Amino acid sequence: MSKWVLLGIRSGTKTTRYPSHTESAAGISPGRPKDTLMADKNAQALIRDLCPTGALNPKNDRIAVDYRRCISCRRCARGASTLVDWEESWEWASLSAPDLNASSALGSPFSQSLHIRVLDAGACRACLSEIEQLGKPYYNIHRLGFFMTPTPRHADVLLVAGPVADNMRLPLEKAYDAMPTPKRVVAVGACALSGGVFGPSFTSYGSLKNVIPVDVEIPGCPPPPLAIIHGLLVLTGRRPPAESGATSFLDRRSGT
Amino acid sequence: MNQSHIARPTRKDLMDGICSRWPGMEANTRIEEDGSALITCDIATLRELCEWLFCENNYAFATLIVEDEEADWLFRYIFYGDAEVGVVHVCMKQPKSNTVAPSISAGVHAADWHEREVEDLFGISFEGHPRLGDFVLHEEWPEGVNPMKKDFDASKPYMHRQVDPEWRPLRILEAQGAFMMPIGPVYSDYAEACQFFLETVGEDVVRTTPRIFYKFRGVEKLAENQPVERVLLMAERFSGASAFAHSLAFCRAVEKISGLEPPPRGQVLRVLFAELERLRHHVGAIAGICGSTALAVATSQASILEEELLRLSCIMSGHRYLFGVNRPGGISIDVTSDQCKMLGDSVRSIASDLKNLFDMLRLSSSFLDRIEEVGIVSTENALSYGLVGPVARGSGIARDLRNILPYGPYKSQIACQTALETEGDGYARLRVLFREAEESANIICRLSSELPPGDVASPEFRLKAGQALGWVEAPLGAAFHWVSIGEEGAVKRYRVTPPSFMNWHGFHLAAENFAFQDFPIVMATFGLSNAECDR
Repeated sequence: MSKWVLLGIRSGTKTTRYPSHTESAAGISPGRPKDTLMADKNAQALIRDLCPTGALNPKNDRIAVDYRRCISCRRCARGASTLVDWEESWEWASLSAPDLNASSALGSPFSQSLHIRVLDAGACRACLSEIEQLGKPYYNIHRLGFFMTPTPRHADVLLVAGPVADNMRLPLEKAYDAMPTPKRVVAVGACALSGGVFGPSFTSYGSLKNVIPVDVEIPGCPPPPLAIIHGLLVLTGRRPPAESGATSFLDRRSGT
Repeated sequence: MNQSHIARPTRKDLMDGICSRWPGMEANTRIEEDGSALITCDIATLRELCEWLFCENNYAFATLIVEDEEADWLFRYIFYGDAEVGVVHVCMKQPKSNTVAPSISAGVHAADWHEREVEDLFGISFEGHPRLGDFVLHEEWPEGVNPMKKDFDASKPYMHRQVDPEWRPLRILEAQGAFMMPIGPVYSDYAEACQFFLETVGEDVVRTTPRIFYKFRGVEKLAENQPVERVLLMAERFSGASAFAHSLAFCRAVEKISGLEPPPRGQVLRVLFAELERLRHHVGAIAGICGSTALAVATSQASILEEELLRLSCIMSGHRYLFGVNRPGGISIDVTSDQCKMLGDSVRSIASDLKNLFDMLRLSSSFLDRIEEVGIVSTENALSYGLVGPVARGSGIARDLRNILPYGPYKSQIACQTALETEGDGYARLRVLFREAEESANIICRLSSELPPGDVASPEFRLKAGQALGWVEAPLGAAFHWVSIGEEGAVKRYRVTPPSFMNWHGFHLAAENFAFQDFPIVMATFGLSNAECDR
């Protein structure tokens, strides 16, 4: 057995230092399209038609991005002469209601110890695979006080991926009801936010919001592990959400 | 042992056999342009013909495709041998008014779940099938509503009926003290949604019945009347862990209809990405197996390699799971020679780490104690259930589509060895995973230094109407995509047969008469995906 211990020690520390330091390794995030200045109406129409899910829409002289719909197909980054800008970021999570205040996000008792139940509501396994990476050496969310729990009865947070397949509606509702209050729901990935390419349809509800209330939204197809960590930090008030400025959210939190 | 499964008859043997057994049938048999044989038969001969192919001639069962035509149901049973005998389509038509078809699953057991699926989705029952109903559509779905029928409106959610309070899962075990333990669909830390009924009389589990299709998203129905570009997105996203393999199978079917192959550089890059995906998938599966035996350091080591491969995929293609790379006619990105060199170097170092990991695992007796002789699937069972992929190859079946039905550069340029083990237990499956991961790494290293120049996609690619079968060896095994495109360029029928669907069928073989604590190990060594199966 000692050889395993030696192997472990020899590997050194791989874990990212996010959020206390920034992470700059290559390949940690696929990036996403950015709000782009584009005055030419023809180019705007071209970009709009390129997007298969209607995530890119002209708005005055810009192309606005609806991240709930973006499925990372990268068709807007290839194939047209005028392309949208691309950002190599990962802090994408936002609070689902813009005026959500600190008392509706989980308060300080949970900020350093949060138990999470992952629920697969019809996900393609890419989101689940990224969630699984959270517990592995490169990301290791235990260092941040986040823990996965096998039962909803011990969970503070329900982390849901997938377009809510019809056969999963009942298990999802039961799991949500079984959680003690206060409880929070995080929707992970384009499918859970807008149904992605699958819904709404005869088999999918198209959005987690149509079934249970959602507090934090993490867009992406799939969101990379760091984006999911950011979502959990947003939920506990330790990082600002994507939409608002860096200080405003923290100010709001300390003000109430 | 495996040789007997490779020795299959030639195409001439097939024709001669059919003629001597069913005189006059040669008029109904023809060889298509792509080399596949098409046999048209009537209801009376169907069962015998399918059994003759499957049981006497060692053909493997690929898929059952039902098409809802104007006046008829069209049944298409697809079998495959090896490159020499190719693919055999058996077609049977029956009028719409007749909703009972003969069941072939008594002889062709691999077709068992296909028939159950058709019964739920089309409302066609199979005469002689022992167990129909409650499969794809669960207990909340109204009886008599069959979503794959042409007249079903897929855009609207359907009305729920009340859950039948009398509904109980099927129990087979009858003994004193018999107890059934349900697991799932919400269980374990990161597990996919799936339910298992473990029937037990104390500590030992006698039988396990999986209940799948919790994640049914109806991809085949949603694809109907959609443009090819849109269906491609679904082909890619119904199973994110093998997105490249499935989008490749879809693209290959579309390209076959158009009669246009991608340029050499595009083809070779496709192999490069497909093998990169296989390598990443297998490393993830190995991490899962180590995790199931609670070997923490080994799990971490494999997980580190998995994340490194995810990052590598992102650097090469812009996406960690290779989404958006394939498109009909080729691929949508090109790589530079610097990228290729970096890929080769990184994969070489990952392969050497993997080798070290295996050397340590195979000398760790506490690990071997847990996976040896666990979850055994015999060769006979694996054959009759039509198992595919690493699971079948761990049970002595030398079937790998890259070798038996080679496509693209696998035809001549790339030789890949079929990893084969015969014990059929968890350790055999683990060794197959390691061998295949090593083989994939070798292919990547070789190809990354000798990419042919030229375009990555064919600029002349145009959609045509028609129908074709595309196949690839996905990380989990043989995947078949049947695509039919109408005159206006929209998809008329899309049928996906993923490897996980075939292998979940045989999962109960490995989960019989075992100690309860071995359940996660059996699960991990099968390494199946529900997303891929439920589609």
